[in-house]
Amino acid sequence: MKELVPTRPESFFSDRFNVNPSLMEKVLGSNLIGRVDDADIYLEYCINEELLLEEGSVKKASRHVSQGAGVRALAGTRTGYAHTDDISMQNLEEAARQARAIADRGGASAAVALPSRGRPHDLYTLAEPPVAADLARKLELLKRVDAATRAADARVTQVIASLASEEVVLLIATASGWTVGDIRPLTRLNVTAIAEENGRREIGSHGGGGRVPFDWFLEEERWRRFASEAARQAVLKLRAVEAPAGAMTVVLGPGWPGILLHEAIGHGLEGDFNRKGTSAFAGRLGQRVASELVTVVDDGTIPNRRGSLNVDDEGTPTGRTVLIEKGILTGYMQDRLNARLMGMKPTGNGRRESYAHPPLPRMTNTFMLAGEDDPEDILRSVTRGLYAVTFGGGQVDITNGKFVFSASEAYLIEDGRVGAPVKGATLIGSGPEALTRVSRVGRDLKLDEGVGTCGKDGQSVPVGVGLPTIRIDEMTVGGTAV
Amino acid sequence: MNADLLVDVLKRAVAKGATAADGFLAEDSHFTASVRLGELETVTHARDQRLSLRVFAGRASAAASTSDFSRASLERLVDEATMLAKITAEDPCAGLPDPGELIACVPDLALEDTSGGEPTPEEKIEIARTCEAAALESDPRVTNSEGAEYYDRRTRYAYATSHGFAEGYRTTSFGISVSPVAARNGEMQRDYWYSTARKRSGVEDPAAVGRTAAHRAVRRLGARKIKTVEVPVIFDTETAASLVRSVASAASGPSLYRRASFLLDRLGTKIAAPGVTIVDDALIRGGLGSRPFDGEGLAAGRTVLVREGVLESYLLDTYSARKLGMKSTHHAARDGSGVAVSTSNLMLLPGTAKPADLIASVKSGFYVTELIGFGVNGVTGDYSRGAVGLWIENGELAYPVEEVTVAGNLLAMFAAIDGVGDDLVLHDRTASPTLKIGRMVVAGN
Repeated sequence: MKELVPTRPESFFSDRFNVNPSLMEKVLGSNLIGRVDDADIYLEYCINEELLLEEGSVKKASRHVSQGAGVRALAGTRTGYAHTDDISMQNLEEAARQARAIADRGGASAAVALPSRGRPHDLYTLAEPPVAADLARKLELLKRVDAATRAADARVTQVIASLASEEVVLLIATASGWTVGDIRPLTRLNVTAIAEENGRREIGSHGGGGRVPFDWFLEEERWRRFASEAARQAVLKLRAVEAPAGAMTVVLGPGWPGILLHEAIGHGLEGDFNRKGTSAFAGRLGQRVASELVTVVDDGTIPNRRGSLNVDDEGTPTGRTVLIEKGILTGYMQDRLNARLMGMKPTGNGRRESYAHPPLPRMTNTFMLAGEDDPEDILRSVTRGLYAVTFGGGQVDITNGKFVFSASEAYLIEDGRVGAPVKGATLIGSGPEALTRVSRVGRDLKLDEGVGTCGKDGQSVPVGVGLPTIRIDEMTVGGTAV
Repeated sequence: MNADLLVDVLKRAVAKGATAADGFLAEDSHFTASVRLGELETVTHARDQRLSLRVFAGRASAAASTSDFSRASLERLVDEATMLAKITAEDPCAGLPDPGELIACVPDLALEDTSGGEPTPEEKIEIARTCEAAALESDPRVTNSEGAEYYDRRTRYAYATSHGFAEGYRTTSFGISVSPVAARNGEMQRDYWYSTARKRSGVEDPAAVGRTAAHRAVRRLGARKIKTVEVPVIFDTETAASLVRSVASAASGPSLYRRASFLLDRLGTKIAAPGVTIVDDALIRGGLGSRPFDGEGLAAGRTVLVREGVLESYLLDTYSARKLGMKSTHHAARDGSGVAVSTSNLMLLPGTAKPADLIASVKSGFYVTELIGFGVNGVTGDYSRGAVGLWIENGELAYPVEEVTVAGNLLAMFAAIDGVGDDLVLHDRTASPTLKIGRMVVAGN
């Protein structure tokens, strides 16, 4: 498998497909430059490996290869996009002609693309990428995870553990004469436990990963923690009581509950919705949208994180964008298209699921900076409320700003003390209002373990979130206990 | 069809030591055009292909897939799959279906539009433009738009096994969708409508789709949050379909043998009110979910999942059926990692109630038109999702509601269905008439 781990994207595509940066520039030059406002060619090769353990043994193993090229031409607000899964000069030329057709359809535009040169980061160069790690070691790890999950509690009846490893090689040539490549490793270990007792069944899940080597799971015995967490959650939920229904004070634990930020404000601050005026945050730069305790950033430059990128999928180096500073809305996340149309700078947030999709403004790692409160004090400050520490997915309606995220591990808070665990419940709020009700921010900022995937317009990309313990004075909890 | 390529790959797998193998090939070309506020926004042309291979080494198996059909890549695909099959554990339930069970004669389900008369890209863009324009013009409160989209897609599928079976079929699909934004006094509301069909002529009038979307967006203006309350809840056809999907997911083989389903051990028992019959029918001519055979070459058919409230069948592929000591219900679907289970045309059969009468029967309650979030626990059936809709007062839709949740347990919810509408339309692969649930908790202020 070593052959699949190239040292440079340029030589990889040149050796395998006879396509190199000067030929890519020729395609751009002869078809697109001068006729459109911006253009790029994106080459991608992706290997993906999945191992699945259930009922004590690894019975499913699979390996997938995807490759392709996307050619994009932009004129005014128009985008022409063509992609092919057969990377060859002939197909690139054809795709460029198809993409260009859009530019020939409408009036000229004045805005010209900004050059996106800049030094790419080096956030995840690995001696041994996870796809190249020895299969026998991976199988052994999954078996140990299975044993540890079962050993954690006798009520665990089923364990499903999966290990996914991926390597994406890409090369981007833009009309501004800038060619940049990236090699992106990614891996994730997931553990699901089913626990049963007296005819009641429950599920618990935990996992993690990032742009890290296989050995990362072994360091600090992370795998063991994932296993025991999955078991603990499943068993805990066996005695969960009905969740409360209605508006109440909510305390969110650190880490993954940062999904609140992703849904409540993150999507609403993506450039496209703001350019179109369809976001609840449109036109609100400089205004107060959160309490002064709240500072939120999107940072694609944290080494080895799941949501990090050396360059985004348009070749722009990623950065750290302050979205909210002390409660004031300060920035949007931009790709090249929306930055150009809004007269702003690209922020390194142009991302795509694969060569088969045009880029969109997307988040990377989105988190709230730490405050000064002791997390214990925050809990003690609540007379009646909900303490939520683990979440499933979330979703937002960008236009009216209403968002949800579903707690999978949560407890009642009674007189400042954490009480009984409650069944899963969806929390719902309004993006522009929810963060104005943040009254306490803990000093315990934690990033999530590396399991997040964000969907938008049918495109999935890996992301990260983070949060310190926070108190939100009022939020609606969608339980069944009235 | 490129079935020859598939057959060659399977031969190579056997030559490499596989005891059996099967493969699925999909080739697809599609075109999409989106417009926003009358201006062309995005045009995409594409061709995609994927070959998925599953190999067996005795009772151990592995899967691999690729979009690269070069000789070298296909050889690597086979080598990797056979290598992976050697490291996975033996499983007595693994294996292909018995060759005698494979489909003998592939029926023509009219899934491909062969009428010709392909419009030009300009004409296709105009369809999207017409759809959006109708939304913008139908009400002055519709002031903005996320755009309208036209798409068409042609796909060819082939399935082959190392036993010598090789069959294929072709499908087409066409669709339009639009997402207008209505505004009033600083409030903005977006909604959505769409139409999709196997044949070009089956797609609804673009202007009608636009007007429906506009109506849906405008009726959300002035939305309020309500006090937390327990009331009758009516799900419109779109949101009711999502409830049906949750039941099918819990009835699927992999959820069951993993003991991760609230329908475990409930076969033959009452899981819903008597008015509830749920059918999965793969053979509807021109159906969006129709398929002549499943992902393992087994003839697709009509399965009654729930009959008059009683759970009558699970949804199984060969592997999950063997795990459960049952027979496949021919619901295998190929996904990247091998074989999964999927429904075809899944529907809750209509009752006799007029939707308007269902609404009229409620003194105070909630009519749900959109659900958001992922708050469904498939293991317990616990249900809690964000909802948007209209408040019912004295039997009439009174005002829009937002930022609330609806919560319960799917088993209790299906048992409490006391009204099934007569308005089933196969608008999508999963469809339901309007459903009324006796009581649910709606959480708000």
